[in-house]
Amino acid sequence: MSQAQSASLAQRLGRGMSIGEFVERFALVGAWIAVIVVFSVLKPDTFFTSSNFAAILGSQAVLVVLTCALLIPLTAGDYDLSITGVLTLSQMMIGILNTEHGISVYLCIVLALLMGALVGLINGAFVVIFGIDSFIVTLGTGTFLGGVVLWISNSETFAGISSQLTGPVVVERFLGVPLAFYYGLALVIVLWYFLEYTSLGRQLLFVGRSRSVARLSGLRVGRLRWGALVASGVIAAGAGVLYAGITGAADPVSGAGFLLPAFAAAFLGATSIVPGRFNPWGSFIAVYFLVTGITGLTLFGIQSWVQDMFYGGALVLAVTFSQIARRREEHETSVPET
Amino acid sequence: MTVAHHPVVALRHISKTFGGSRALDDVDLTIRRGEVHGLLGENGSGKSTLIKILSGFHAPDGGGELEINGRPVPLPLHPGQFRSLGMSFVHQDLGLVPSLSVVENLLVGDLTSKRSWRLSWGRERRRARETFESFGLQLDPRAKVSDLRPTDRALLAIVRAVEEIRANTAADGSEYGLLVLDEPTVFLPASDRDELFSIIREIAATRASILFVSHDLDEVLEITDRITVLRDGQVRGTVATAEASDEALVEMIIGRRLQALSIDREQAEAGKAISITGLTGRYVRDVSLTIHEGEVVGLTGLLGSGFEEIPYYVFGARPAAAGRLELNGKTYDLHGMTPPRALKAGVGLIPADRQRDGIVGSLSLGDNVTLRVLDKYQSRIGLNRSRMRSDAGKLLERFDVRPPDPRLKYQSLSGGNQQKAMLAKWLQTKPSLLLLHEPTQGVDVGARQQIFQLTRKAAADGTAVVCVSTDYEQLAAICDRVVVFGRGRVARELTGDQITKERIAEQCYRVAESLTDSHLDAGREAE
Repeated sequence: MSQAQSASLAQRLGRGMSIGEFVERFALVGAWIAVIVVFSVLKPDTFFTSSNFAAILGSQAVLVVLTCALLIPLTAGDYDLSITGVLTLSQMMIGILNTEHGISVYLCIVLALLMGALVGLINGAFVVIFGIDSFIVTLGTGTFLGGVVLWISNSETFAGISSQLTGPVVVERFLGVPLAFYYGLALVIVLWYFLEYTSLGRQLLFVGRSRSVARLSGLRVGRLRWGALVASGVIAAGAGVLYAGITGAADPVSGAGFLLPAFAAAFLGATSIVPGRFNPWGSFIAVYFLVTGITGLTLFGIQSWVQDMFYGGALVLAVTFSQIARRREEHETSVPET
Repeated sequence: MTVAHHPVVALRHISKTFGGSRALDDVDLTIRRGEVHGLLGENGSGKSTLIKILSGFHAPDGGGELEINGRPVPLPLHPGQFRSLGMSFVHQDLGLVPSLSVVENLLVGDLTSKRSWRLSWGRERRRARETFESFGLQLDPRAKVSDLRPTDRALLAIVRAVEEIRANTAADGSEYGLLVLDEPTVFLPASDRDELFSIIREIAATRASILFVSHDLDEVLEITDRITVLRDGQVRGTVATAEASDEALVEMIIGRRLQALSIDREQAEAGKAISITGLTGRYVRDVSLTIHEGEVVGLTGLLGSGFEEIPYYVFGARPAAAGRLELNGKTYDLHGMTPPRALKAGVGLIPADRQRDGIVGSLSLGDNVTLRVLDKYQSRIGLNRSRMRSDAGKLLERFDVRPPDPRLKYQSLSGGNQQKAMLAKWLQTKPSLLLLHEPTQGVDVGARQQIFQLTRKAAADGTAVVCVSTDYEQLAAICDRVVVFGRGRVARELTGDQITKERIAEQCYRVAESLTDSHLDAGREAE
């Protein structure tokens, strides 16, 4: 990290963060650690094992990447519900093109990412040019893409994706953890840097907070929103590539299940690290907090339905907490006149 | 004495103190049965406080009395109590839901207060049509309110208010209601006012007395029977309209007699000229202005006369139908103006609605003021946040924002400091033309003086400043020239020692008054 940035961090900490502020920022981290400790004590031989941790970390890379995709339009004040549609189509494109037509995995990846960009362009066109609510547009395009997947796959699963993809994603490991995890981590770092340390990231934040202020400050609001949707399309397609690599196959339905967890992680993440703001580190921790809890509970023999209850409950609670944090941010006590 | 001779509403000894300042001071107001009573006064004279006491929004200081149809009513009124007392209010915004139909808007009071399990829309529409007919109106109950002409919307709001009064007063006519119209004509085309006025007269004759609140002298003279003038919270007199001269009224409103005015067009032509020519939009018609570098020019007029739209057209925030801006040797078409283009041309805008258009309160002061200049801090390793912060700190200190800490949330500052920070945000880029809209609204007295100084200093540094405001005192304090608008056009220009608070106020009223409807309506109808 640069000198300037570490200096600014020191300054920020030196400001004497209040205890309440500290608790708010790191409560989620604390909760995650608490969950780990509790399950480790209760199930030392199954939960507290390196293979279990490696499984937890490796299994959620797709969700981390998908949440990162979602964070960009959310920061700019738009929803993108088509991310799982893009993910599934991207995965299916790789499945079909690679296993059926023998096309090189690398070309497949390029095509999948281009597809993601195209979906983002289409979403953006409806949102920006025609002024339609992004929620409606992306709900529609996402569902449409789901239909496309069923059509091109004939509702079948395509297994046997080339080891050129599965190798560097899930087979190869670093410190015992599949490389997929590190791809997700790298994306979190890049996105954090983009949102915090580039002028484009700052501009997106202003666009999301007040379209009117952004416009009257000379920002090209339409273009920024459009760009955010294209970025989420490309990254969601990347999540699809990762998913294809992790499973080594492409199935037409399971991808849709990522939508709610991605939203839960994005909103839960906004209660942490930088409370009141969508932020990649908070979401990263949220993803792993949720999956750690779920893994622990399943080790107790609780069925997989607990997963849905966990994500659903977490989404509502997370939004409630982030609303409270946002309100506090907005109604902070006034500084008296000096 | 019969009931009919009691005044509909009699207020006596009404005072209201906010903090230390007196908004109303021993005000008496009597509204007779069947009259249209005008309430005149400048912004801040206490008109709206008085109305809010009647609506139960404010509680008056002790010692005030209220009688309605001769019956004493204890003060303060509860919010909503005015309904059962036979009063109803139509405010400038009309209180209609534009996306719903006429009949739904008419019924909104019933729908929220009564529970009905079988609404018959056919019957309600028939009833609505009958009601409109009794007023001589032809409104389609099925029409969506947003599709109505502005005048029809106003008429609908008035009909709804009168119906509410009728439902709450005795059917035998022993009691009379009061309809309060608060600036009802501000957004209406002048040609339609006759329609409105004839209905007002009919209502006054048959159903309810009317309190007509306005600052448009001309209208008040035309429609009212008697006029009460408020200034600085005190009643300056109640006169019969037929006997009132407009000179006397202007004097009552602004508190000073003015000598006849000679308008001289001599002016100090300082720096290079920036010119706006042929600017036409929804509310303005063919406006041309010249502003010189180093000059502060005020734009004013009565509310609704179009002047307040000028900065938004010039900045491209709202589309103009036509117009040209000449600046630094280049010509820009205002029809295709956008904020990024305006910024590139060196135009800055500080909008009046600070919370909505000016700042993001939940983000930090530093983030807000550096938004415009982010590119300056972009380096190979990303934004240089510590330099941003230290520059922002220095900038805030230079503009005396207190405290000058860029890490604070913007909204934690007082209004005055927020506004100073806005000036800092815009002036750091040294714009050629700075447009200010009500720059000291919601700002304390000390900060107001500082904003005046900062504005003058910006002008001295070579920025041409346009200050759009209805605050005549502010205009008198900072402007080299003041341009007065009437019905969407430039009507007068004041320079030199003509620029006093009283003179500007007087000109605003006179302009509104002297405009005969015939040739100057064009601006309003250009929509």
